[in-house]
Amino acid sequence: MAECGASGSGSSGDSLDKSITLPPDEIFRNLENAKRFAIDIGGSLTKLAYYSTVQHKVAKVRSFDHSGKDTERDHEPPYEISVQEEITARLHFIKFENTYIEACLDFIKDHLVNTETKVIQATGGGAYKFKDLIEEKLRLKVDKEDVMTCLIKGCNFVLKNIPHEAFVYQKDSDPEFRFQTNHPHIFPYLLVNIGSGVSIVKVETEDRFEWVGGSSIGGGTFWGLGALLTKTKKFDELLHLASRGQHSNVDMLVRDVYGGAHQTLGLSGNLIASSFGKSATADQEFSKEDMAKSLLHMISNDIGQLACLHARLHSLDRVYFGGFFIRGHPVTMRTITYSINFFSKGEVQALFLRHEGYLGAIGAFLKGAEQDNPNQYSWGENYAGSSGLMSTSPELGPAQRARSGTFDLLEMDRLERPLVNLPLLLDPPSYVPDTVDLTDDALARKYWLTCFEEALDGVVKRAVASQPDSVDAAERAEKFRQKYWNKLQTLRQQPFAYGTLTVRSLLDTREHCLNEFNFPDPYSKVKQRENGVALRCFPGVVRSLDTLGWEERQLALVKGLLAGNVFDWGAKAVSDVLESDPYFGFEEAKRKLQERPWLVDSYSEWLQRLKGPPHKCALIFADNSGIDIILGVFPFVRELLLRGTEVILACNSGPALNDVTHGESLIVAERIAGMDPVVHSALREERLLLVQTGSSSPCLDLSRLDKGLAALVRERGADLVVIEGMGRAVHTNYHAALCCESLKLAVIKNAWLAERLGGRLFSVIFKYEVPAE
Amino acid sequence: MLKLVGGGGGQDWACSVAGTSLGGEEAAFEVARPGDRGKAGGGSPGWGCAGIPDSEPWAGVLQAGVVGPARWGQGAEEVGESAGGGEERRVRHPQAPALRLPNRKPQGGSGEIKTPENDLQRGRLSRGPRAAPPAPGMGDRGGQPERSAPHSPGAPVGTSAAAVNGLLHNGFHPPPVQPPLVCSRGPVGGNDAVPQRLPLLPELQPQPLLPQHDSPAKKCRLRRRMDSGRKNRPPFPWFGMDIGGTLVKLVYFEPKDITAEEEQEEVENLKSIRKYLTSNTAYGKTGIRDVHLELKNLTMCGRKGNLHFIRFPSCAMHRFIQMGSEKNFSSLHTTLCATGGGAFKFEEDFRMIADLQLHKLDELDCLIQGLLYVDSVGFNGKPECYYFENPTNPELCQKKPYCLDNPYPMLLVNMGSGVSILAVYSKDNYKRVTGTSLGGGTFLGLCCLLTGCETFEEALEMAAKGDSTNVDKLVKDIYGGDYERFGLQGSAVASSFGNMMSKEKRDSISKEDLARATLVTITNNIGSIARMCALNENIDRVVFVGNFLRINMVSMKLLAYAMDFWSKGQLKALFLEHEGYFGAVGALLELFKMTDDK
Repeated sequence: MAECGASGSGSSGDSLDKSITLPPDEIFRNLENAKRFAIDIGGSLTKLAYYSTVQHKVAKVRSFDHSGKDTERDHEPPYEISVQEEITARLHFIKFENTYIEACLDFIKDHLVNTETKVIQATGGGAYKFKDLIEEKLRLKVDKEDVMTCLIKGCNFVLKNIPHEAFVYQKDSDPEFRFQTNHPHIFPYLLVNIGSGVSIVKVETEDRFEWVGGSSIGGGTFWGLGALLTKTKKFDELLHLASRGQHSNVDMLVRDVYGGAHQTLGLSGNLIASSFGKSATADQEFSKEDMAKSLLHMISNDIGQLACLHARLHSLDRVYFGGFFIRGHPVTMRTITYSINFFSKGEVQALFLRHEGYLGAIGAFLKGAEQDNPNQYSWGENYAGSSGLMSTSPELGPAQRARSGTFDLLEMDRLERPLVNLPLLLDPPSYVPDTVDLTDDALARKYWLTCFEEALDGVVKRAVASQPDSVDAAERAEKFRQKYWNKLQTLRQQPFAYGTLTVRSLLDTREHCLNEFNFPDPYSKVKQRENGVALRCFPGVVRSLDTLGWEERQLALVKGLLAGNVFDWGAKAVSDVLESDPYFGFEEAKRKLQERPWLVDSYSEWLQRLKGPPHKCALIFADNSGIDIILGVFPFVRELLLRGTEVILACNSGPALNDVTHGESLIVAERIAGMDPVVHSALREERLLLVQTGSSSPCLDLSRLDKGLAALVRERGADLVVIEGMGRAVHTNYHAALCCESLKLAVIKNAWLAERLGGRLFSVIFKYEVPAE
Repeated sequence: MLKLVGGGGGQDWACSVAGTSLGGEEAAFEVARPGDRGKAGGGSPGWGCAGIPDSEPWAGVLQAGVVGPARWGQGAEEVGESAGGGEERRVRHPQAPALRLPNRKPQGGSGEIKTPENDLQRGRLSRGPRAAPPAPGMGDRGGQPERSAPHSPGAPVGTSAAAVNGLLHNGFHPPPVQPPLVCSRGPVGGNDAVPQRLPLLPELQPQPLLPQHDSPAKKCRLRRRMDSGRKNRPPFPWFGMDIGGTLVKLVYFEPKDITAEEEQEEVENLKSIRKYLTSNTAYGKTGIRDVHLELKNLTMCGRKGNLHFIRFPSCAMHRFIQMGSEKNFSSLHTTLCATGGGAFKFEEDFRMIADLQLHKLDELDCLIQGLLYVDSVGFNGKPECYYFENPTNPELCQKKPYCLDNPYPMLLVNMGSGVSILAVYSKDNYKRVTGTSLGGGTFLGLCCLLTGCETFEEALEMAAKGDSTNVDKLVKDIYGGDYERFGLQGSAVASSFGNMMSKEKRDSISKEDLARATLVTITNNIGSIARMCALNENIDRVVFVGNFLRINMVSMKLLAYAMDFWSKGQLKALFLEHEGYFGAVGALLELFKMTDDK
């Protein structure tokens, strides 16, 4: 098998294919429902893409029919939860060595149930070679797609849809990858694809690109010439050789010509004057390692130089590199980055892509799926199903580095609705949602990884408990535990596996893993119960607020917001209290709050502001179900409404922990409207609008919000943004700069974080910000 | 171990050597046999340094006193060891003390040669302020116009060398007043060459035949009369040297207007150099004189003669220096003008071992001045510059002369071991645009590794017979035909050596195919970079020079094709007959200039 990988064309390995035992459906998941196929066959790797529908359970909330009277019976839940099967769309991408093609095609044929599929989109050099095999095996007509068109479609797709897709490589930093926040304007850029040869393409818009040049000195040259020089057959082994070699033994350096560094000319003696120059004049044996290194430098420098010349000609400073020569290999990323820096004097940035290997397959798929308008959707990387960036530790041997020899997966979920930037972001290109970059901060990384590991038992328990009627809940929960545990271990080794590691990505990964094993909403019942309890308290809370004087009431409202925020099942400290004392009440929570002055306290400024004219429209991002939304947020909303401020209440589209979902918020609002005329009329007159965020995360990425929300914010001219909760206002958006007033409120329910921020457990953050004029 | 032997007796060692004593055991500087020329460029046994049977007396001059054929890649130690053999020879050829000859009388007549306008003018082209660094492949992009004069360290060096030479005074007459030799660019280390250069301009004009008495010109002439020659010229021999990464290029001016008197006064040492160099075409095993490039009947610095073009591998430098030492070259008190990286690398060795002070010169300056000079004098009545007509049609493609009278702006691509690319806007305004380490050295290095060949000639010979399409992956190998989306022909190379990813293909190709593929790969890459630079610099004339193009029609036609095809006829590839020698010529021109300057 290992030998076959080196054949390049893949045709030589046929005899060995039979011996391959494919990993079971862990690889080709959801194949039964696969609808549309695309395949990208490169020189050594095949990337298969298919579109499938994933059936998974979702917890739906539905109001009881309240046609009867007297609905407020104490024991009755406020709404019913029904678990339904929902079908969502998912894109699967699988990458494997060409050697496996036949076995994979057989596997697909055996498992493919869907008969509607008639065509497979194929791209890549190998598409021509394997056309007959594919048609014979799958009985699908091969529709060949242009390689570069696919590549660019794929590139645009990942740049738009996958956060932290692009990264720069930084030598000698830990980790070596520095992920880029997604630029809202991805065009124009230069794409340098280093496959067997090199193609340089200038991409100007979604549909307009131009092949501006190329070079025949590429990955094939490294591989082919390397194989001749070193008798080493595999690409990865060649790279491994190169990483141990000394190119100066083979290359003629400036110092070999000049006798040393040439100071007056400002040229380092270590620069290469002539690649392989020493092998022309020295009658000696050269080590494989040295030759491989020299070859690597020669090719990387050459490509970097050409890329710079093209970038300069077209006045572009962003150059993305892709192709199998790059594909996650730190050695090549390092040499390319060096070369780009050298030749452009730092003016051009060499960028790499996490999913670079999939671009062709993604593009081919998109090409075939054009009638479905895939571009009108937003997609999200599914952390549970994707294998992440391969291990890149340079000291790992080829055996360990052979991730390319196994199967690599990428799964993208089609999101219900397209996601866009919040129009109120001050500077979208520079917006970074996350407060702490755990890839960067090793100490924080260790803490949080451990924290999530320790919380895992509780999550598993909660998941099992949420499905008391299910016979296999325990089994699935165990699988979830394994999967998430493994992810955490992977992230310990490769913090950059899914882009920048953050508390948000850890939380999201957990949600994805829970969904994977059909625990769509482990907190649904808890939320239901809490919402019921809180709704019953609502009239009393409102009444007592109304007895207060204006100034007193404002503080009480804010305290209510904060107290509600203590109810957060995501924070271990609180979930312990809640588990042990389910009647832990609103008032108790208030008492737990830190006394003013708070850790961050701009309440006085806020109060001063409230004495002024009302805001036109407030956008509020809600956090938890139950006490938080009902006793904290709604009274606050009610006060704003009374002031004449319109309110857009944004809740998560899908469940995450005990966060209130959009569905739940609708019921809650309806129930409150039944009790409160202010809310009632506001809802009826559309002065109170309930919208979904488009997210299913306990955190908040203001650059990926529901398009409808964004439209509404624009339409209503929102001039105040309220973000509450640790996940949304501290782990993310703590530093987010908006172009309108904003309130960020949270109670720090994590001792470590509290300490980091200079406070203690249950410290309060009340951050009121007004943008500079 | 490498003793200086310059101080010895007064005999003319060069003459006394006579090849016999050196015999076959030290077969350096063999008389060229047909085909020997081909050995020079590559990795053959080194520049041996012994005479050969039947060699002329002068052979000894270039004998480096090294026993046995040296192999490529020998380190300094090995050179040192073999130097032991040299000692033997030194015994046989005791060094002469400087042989002082009577001052020559002022001479008229035949010696008073009219200098063609293009001679001195071109020969003394001043360097501009925009000097750029010599060109290792991985050099920076863009010129560094404001850096200090690159060879400023060479100026005091040159001065002291001249002084030493003056004292030793061997060869023709020494100048009675030893002028401090400061390069034309003015103060040492200064970079404001322009104002320094301007006063010199009148001197660059052809010398009036009959200058007025009392005129400054006359004084100048009078002073020159007291020099060795008729004018203020450097003493013979006149060499320009370009010590590159792989090859040393040497140009030697052979005066043909030597009068009987002069002949008589010429020291034996000097005479033997002249005789040896001019009557042989090969020196040792690897020293080659490119007879076909000889520029005949040239007037340089007021003397008429032939310019000879000689090359030998850079790895023979140590033996060359040692020879210089043993033959007491320093006694000739000539200034050795050298450029190329080796001028810096070997400077110390020249001084320590051979008591020779190099006058180091910027290689890009030399390259440009040399090129302009050679082009201006023409190639023995034929044009120096040429291009290929119908470059995209193999049947109609043919070499045609090109008039480079108005060469600016031009992109100058110098392909040696590595490649430098310069944008030249005028004779003294240029910048180094970029460079690549994929050059001639890469071609030869890879060929040696892949095919076991040893010389450039061998590699090219193989390449001429090979078929690169067996080795390279073509567009049609991937796409089954043209790649129309990008307008790429099926026959275009998609991946150099791409077919070599497959074991079967690796087993089925020939060495010739590999050599051809290497040549095509390197050539196309240079062409591609050059083309991009031309676009970026907005220049449509690309002049390719350098020894990579020597006897390399394949590359020249490929470059001509590539420039024309990819630019849709907008770019023109130009070539020059003396491909690799311009640096050396430029160095020689500096010799005249530095003598002229004072």
